[in-house]
Amino acid sequence: MEKTETLEYTYKDFASDQEVRWCPGCGDYAILKSVQKVMPEVGIRKEDVVFVSGIGCSSRFPYYMDTYGFHSIHGRAPALATGVKLANPSLSVWQITGDGDALAIGGNHFIHAIRRNVDLNILLFNNRIYGLTKGQFSPTTDLGQKTKSSPQGTIDNPFNPGELVIGASGHFFARVADTNPKLMQAVFKEAAKHSGTSIVEIMQNCVIFNDKVYANYTAKENRADHIITIEHGKPMLFGANNEKGLVLRGFKLEAVTLGENGITEEDILVHDAYEEDNTVHMMLAKLKMPIVNGVIRAYKDDTFEMRLKKQVEEIERTSKFKSVNDLFTSGETWEIK
Amino acid sequence: MQLTGTQFTGTSALLGNDIATFPDYPAEIRAPQGTVAGVSGFQVHIGQTHIYTPGDQPDVLVAMNAAALKANISEVPRGKTIIIDIDNFKRKDWEKAGFAEDPLESGVLKDYHVIEAPITSLTRKALEGLGLDNKSITRSKNMFALGMVYWMFSRPLDYTERFLKDKFAKKELIYEGNVKALKAGYNYAETIEALSSASTILPADMAPGLYKNIMGNEATAWGFLAAAEKAGKELFLGSYPITPASEILHEISKHKHFGAKAFQAEDEIAGITSAIGAAFAGDLAITTTSGPGLALKGEALGLAVMTELPLVVVDVQRGGPSTGLPTKTEQSDLMQALYGRNGESPVIVVAAKSPAHCFDMAFMASKLALEHVTPVVLLTDGYVANGSQPWRIKQVEDLDDIVPHEASKNMMNWQPYERDTASLARYMVYPGMAGYEHRIGGLEKDHITGNISYDPRNHEEMVRIREEKVQRVANYIPDLEVQGEESGELLVVGWGGTYGSLTTAINQCQAQGRPVGHAHFSFIKPLPKNTAEVFGRFKKIVVCELNNGQLVNYLRGELPQFDYLQYNKIQGLPFRVAELTEKIADILAGK
Repeated sequence: MEKTETLEYTYKDFASDQEVRWCPGCGDYAILKSVQKVMPEVGIRKEDVVFVSGIGCSSRFPYYMDTYGFHSIHGRAPALATGVKLANPSLSVWQITGDGDALAIGGNHFIHAIRRNVDLNILLFNNRIYGLTKGQFSPTTDLGQKTKSSPQGTIDNPFNPGELVIGASGHFFARVADTNPKLMQAVFKEAAKHSGTSIVEIMQNCVIFNDKVYANYTAKENRADHIITIEHGKPMLFGANNEKGLVLRGFKLEAVTLGENGITEEDILVHDAYEEDNTVHMMLAKLKMPIVNGVIRAYKDDTFEMRLKKQVEEIERTSKFKSVNDLFTSGETWEIK
Repeated sequence: MQLTGTQFTGTSALLGNDIATFPDYPAEIRAPQGTVAGVSGFQVHIGQTHIYTPGDQPDVLVAMNAAALKANISEVPRGKTIIIDIDNFKRKDWEKAGFAEDPLESGVLKDYHVIEAPITSLTRKALEGLGLDNKSITRSKNMFALGMVYWMFSRPLDYTERFLKDKFAKKELIYEGNVKALKAGYNYAETIEALSSASTILPADMAPGLYKNIMGNEATAWGFLAAAEKAGKELFLGSYPITPASEILHEISKHKHFGAKAFQAEDEIAGITSAIGAAFAGDLAITTTSGPGLALKGEALGLAVMTELPLVVVDVQRGGPSTGLPTKTEQSDLMQALYGRNGESPVIVVAAKSPAHCFDMAFMASKLALEHVTPVVLLTDGYVANGSQPWRIKQVEDLDDIVPHEASKNMMNWQPYERDTASLARYMVYPGMAGYEHRIGGLEKDHITGNISYDPRNHEEMVRIREEKVQRVANYIPDLEVQGEESGELLVVGWGGTYGSLTTAINQCQAQGRPVGHAHFSFIKPLPKNTAEVFGRFKKIVVCELNNGQLVNYLRGELPQFDYLQYNKIQGLPFRVAELTEKIADILAGK
């Protein structure tokens, strides 16, 4: 995706004629709108865009985009999207998934897609609950939470998606809340620009089965103090007046207030998203209070398809078989007259 | 031992003999040596007439140790030759092999022509002073044995010498050791005048052309390479390693520069779903596996049925259920291929009947998938996949055209599920084509637009269309042929990899004047159009399969107007010709 020209699209060009059927008030609406708004700015012709999904509420997404789309089966979308991308590397391939689809039934495909670093943009709608099957706990549900299938509270430890992505040697991880369309658009654009597997975790509210799960972060009165939005090259500041920041104490991140205990802006960590070493990225992904939003990691490296292309060129140069016919007549043959 | 077998095969093929081989080896990579479970065998059948099987019963058995004798002696007819490496027949050897007494003394060998040769010690002596380590010297004893057999069957040594030179190009000493052992064995056999019962084998009478020896899995891979080139497409293989199918993945991985992408996925499901993605994006998409893998792919194969995408799934069948007998052959995945998915989920099912035929069926499966826009399951089996046979070399230009069923630029108002009225195939378009943006998926879809539809009548119509589309493939495949008698008392029916055994058995029956015909299915769903007409010409029908009765039950459902007898063998081994002729004689005698 080297193209940067802006094509003459508006967000309406990316809206299909299908009626959107999520529950009223679902966070998915805001995500859909943000994706449609960002597409004209990504600079890719819409016939070159493919949205692939698995199963779940979020996986209805491709039907609402007027691009090529494939609503596949539960958990398998990363593999299917990989096939699309390898068949035609010039396509911009997006995967829409949820916490159950990506991290439970599709966990294996998810980590292996990340490990290979195929150029896919994966948007993970994390509402920490199963919506389509009506309210069972998911791999990201808080420990102890009561749900339909955990009436006494869950006893499974949840996954933190960012920790999993970076642990699986992920090159790109970002997090954003569904209540912040501006940041969603900025982050989606970065994900599209990054070549390699990009994972964006969206803190998404399920109004029916897990309402206000992120309210402690996203409610108006909490936002400034409970979410830190980081940007590459800038100090990690937060608070209504940027009066707080993150510092490294020993092997831990710590939230501090400027001016207290002699802390100045000089002490605040500056974000380096492009750093190969993922130690600080991992700490940022794991931080619970404040929770980190924005692009946490964006390390550039060769993609799977670049390496494949190199191999093909190498074999083309060295193989003694220039055509399939050469191959068929190779080795020991004999003629019968 | 596998190497020794392939060398004898290659040499014989070059002399113009017809050949058929059957490697039989344990599932364990390094099974305990000297035990019956650890015996690795290679069966080769050479002929001056056409041969169709690796043979029931050997004329010569080479037993490198007591376990090999124990494992195979029951297969060798009395009066035939057994070569024994007496260095490996000491008390501890025959005890380990499970003999109660010394087989050289006990009389179990008294009806055989036994050649007792100190193969290991002679090899050691021949290689003395070369400076090779002990392990390499011991390994060379297989070459000594091969040399002996070459002399007995008047085979030249040059093919193997060339092979060794190539293989050990950078290990001069090992090359020298092997050639020395080979020649020593050859000369030893000459000195002791080792003779077998059938020592001079002339070239077989085969159709003119250029030939090479080919293995089934290799032929499958090449059939796909040829199909992709013929269809003007890139080939995408999504696969996860599994015995006995992995060689197809290995072979295609070598040829990336032919536009062949071999993608080793994280599991069987990712193998097929990546292929489905590639099919959606316009490649000739295939996935290869064996029975357990087909089970894992079931849901995704249903997705390909629902979305109506071209896809070929190869199942190299092995003994089941579960892990079963990974290195042994069986035909027990037919029902799984036909029905092993949720919902009404029809796919085309075809089967390869011999190693070289794998090429034709891989090509044909690709053609049907692309032209009818539907998934195809190709069944081969461990016996066909690992066996080898002379293949009359084909060139891409000799093959039928493949015309993928795609929307043309001037199609007005294209709709994703609009169909060709004859074949019922939908018209494919691929991402990248402007103005055709559309969405497909696993939910039931409207019969024209492809949009999600829960309309009851639309669902019934779509279920019927998907089945009818597969049934209409019968208009595009060859008729069922009959070998032997065209009508009469008994029709012997088989499918896939049993072709060689059944053909040989029918030839023998005919030579004995028994009125038998043989019909062999390569196309199973749909059945060839003339199937009922062929069945109607015979008084009795017996369906022979290496399973507990799968084709026979399918036929009972499809063509219930006929009575079917059945003959089943479920031992992880191919049919022996003698078993079949005996069964046929029994049926004809009314037993």
